[in-house]
Amino acid sequence: MLKTFRIGGVHPPENKLSSSEKIQILPVPEQVIIPLGQHIGAPATPIVQKGDYVKAGQLIATATGFVSANIHSSVSGTIVAIDNFTDAAGLSKPAITIKVEGDEWEKNITRSEKTDHNITLSKEKIIEAISAAGIVGMGGATFPTQVKLSPPPGNKAEILIINGVECEPYLTADHRIMLEKAEEIIVGVQILMKAIDVKQAVIGIENNKRDAIEKLQSLATKTLGVEVCPLKVRYPQGGEKQLIKAITGRSVPSGALPIAVGAVVQNVGTALAVYEAVMQNKPLVERVVTITGKSVKHPGNYLCRIGTPISKLIEAAGGLPEDTTKIIGGGPMMGRAMVNPESPILKGTSGILIINDKEGARKQSRNCIRCSKCVSACPMGLEPYLLMTLATHNMLEDMEKEKVMDCIECGSCSFTCPADRPLLDYIRLGKARTGAMIRNRKK
Amino acid sequence: MNTILITIISLCAIGVASAVILYFVAQKFKVEEDPRIDIVEGLLPGANCGGCGFPGCRGLAEAAVKSETMEGVFCPVGGSEVMNKVAVALGREITAQAPKIAVVRCNGSCENRPRTSMYDGAHSCAIEHSLYIGDTACPFGCLGCGDCVEVCQFDALHINPSTGLPEVDESKCVACGACVKACPRNIIELRNKGPKDRRVFVSCVNKDKGAIARKACTAACIGCMKCAKECPFEAITVENNLAYIDYNKCRLCRKCVAVCPIGAIHEVNFPERKVTPEAPQASEE
Repeated sequence: MLKTFRIGGVHPPENKLSSSEKIQILPVPEQVIIPLGQHIGAPATPIVQKGDYVKAGQLIATATGFVSANIHSSVSGTIVAIDNFTDAAGLSKPAITIKVEGDEWEKNITRSEKTDHNITLSKEKIIEAISAAGIVGMGGATFPTQVKLSPPPGNKAEILIINGVECEPYLTADHRIMLEKAEEIIVGVQILMKAIDVKQAVIGIENNKRDAIEKLQSLATKTLGVEVCPLKVRYPQGGEKQLIKAITGRSVPSGALPIAVGAVVQNVGTALAVYEAVMQNKPLVERVVTITGKSVKHPGNYLCRIGTPISKLIEAAGGLPEDTTKIIGGGPMMGRAMVNPESPILKGTSGILIINDKEGARKQSRNCIRCSKCVSACPMGLEPYLLMTLATHNMLEDMEKEKVMDCIECGSCSFTCPADRPLLDYIRLGKARTGAMIRNRKK
Repeated sequence: MNTILITIISLCAIGVASAVILYFVAQKFKVEEDPRIDIVEGLLPGANCGGCGFPGCRGLAEAAVKSETMEGVFCPVGGSEVMNKVAVALGREITAQAPKIAVVRCNGSCENRPRTSMYDGAHSCAIEHSLYIGDTACPFGCLGCGDCVEVCQFDALHINPSTGLPEVDESKCVACGACVKACPRNIIELRNKGPKDRRVFVSCVNKDKGAIARKACTAACIGCMKCAKECPFEAITVENNLAYIDYNKCRLCRKCVAVCPIGAIHEVNFPERKVTPEAPQASEE
């Protein structure tokens, strides 16, 4: 009997079109746009000037405050602008634009294919290296990794959980790195174990990725303390709290962090980035992105430099299909439609999904028939139909009582609703307003 | 017969006894309330819209009775007329407050502002605003989902289907300000209704630089400063590439309307212009 989480969850069609496509290297574009805010927390502060020459891997913006991350140049070239750019949602955000000249890397970065197994750094040095490399959660939430590895005083981590679930339909980037970079990931996991001082690490992988499970299992058996846990396929298993429940059986209390039950969760992509940062001195300047969609000619997985325009990635996959109605950054469940395909690939871009006219349109919302399907689908045990009604009437205090802040915005409620009601849209709005209300109260 | 008599008498006795008890209890636990509150409440429109900032008309009545100066106590629905009556009833003087009206400061109709994407999410401006720039290239302009229409309790706002923008029905708007709060992009403003309902305002809230703003919308203010230089009363300020007319300083001369190269400054309820522009009109204050 495979493990999974207890309450809620849905089974969207998997559509993993690109799972057998090897990771290819996307050519370096002529120009990259590197936004200063690619993570949760304060945007980074630029430390370079217009006209400066930078090498790939060079630090160009430093973290502002504790919850923030360093930003490095992903290419070598001249800085042409430190200005606002138009992001995927069409809004203006600060960024550094670099015109590419050649491909010169910083000297201290190792770029060999050989896996280094010898972890020499101490616990503190590891966290320092991770912080310097600007690593953030690669699953999409982009929370600065060094913050997650420094638990608040009084809390002790007992288990490291590595998230290789990739429960979003269509996306296969994590799947491919688990197959092609398995050794590096295992070393990355050992580094993370050392950083938070735990003896046990579990890699959770959904059962639809048998090859990745076998590959990692064969390596894990040789490594002390690391094991692989196959999981029953169910969305949203990649949610931190769901994954902890599935693997350890522990429930994270409402409003608490995973560390409250002694768990630290990191994505497989983050483990790989940690390996590169600690063993090869390489900051986070490139990542694997899935480009997929039913009408896309060649769905695939590409290793892209951060800052590459998304349009370049679409070109590499055979161009934009004619029947495209939406381009989505991320997966179909939690991703966001974008209006500007020239916007860059970010640290948290796990995939680009192109939706055709057959799947694109949203259906007309009809009246709630009180079937309570959303209640049984909610993995956090909330009542989405009620939260939506409260949100439409702006009843924020009642929303707080109904634990709207526990919502992980997974979209299971909207997915399952037979009346096609935009449950998540309203809940997300209400959650944002409730959050603002709570913050104001503290002031 | 006897039974009926006894029943009637005993019931009457219980009734009288209860009445006496109730009388004394009522005297003992009497809530002292200023009788003027009821009088003032009677004078108010009774819409309970909350436009004054108090919880309903009774809330305003209580505040009016308590307040010495009547400062900050004003019923936008009833306007000066009602407030004068209230002041007379309370034996106080109030400063006259100019009647106001909601003004939609966006002229990004389908013609002026081409659609760049199609929004098919939940039909709510607040949600659309939180997700992205909106279905046009202007990050400041009206989204047209009608959050303001929904909150208006006086049926004074309607989306014009040909422009996709909300329009204020002057005869119905009471300036309660519900739409101002509902608009996620702060497009609607309460402005002085003006003498003879005449108003001049900048119908744009775009703070982008001129070129960017123009690209998104042909009716966008480009912050060229022409109006500010032209204004004889220093009523116009240009900040962040956007002109704003202070309605307290504006004397409705309409010189700015004539110089605006975009036509972003709108005049309302003025008689048609003659071919030669007329001399500045004196405002009737």
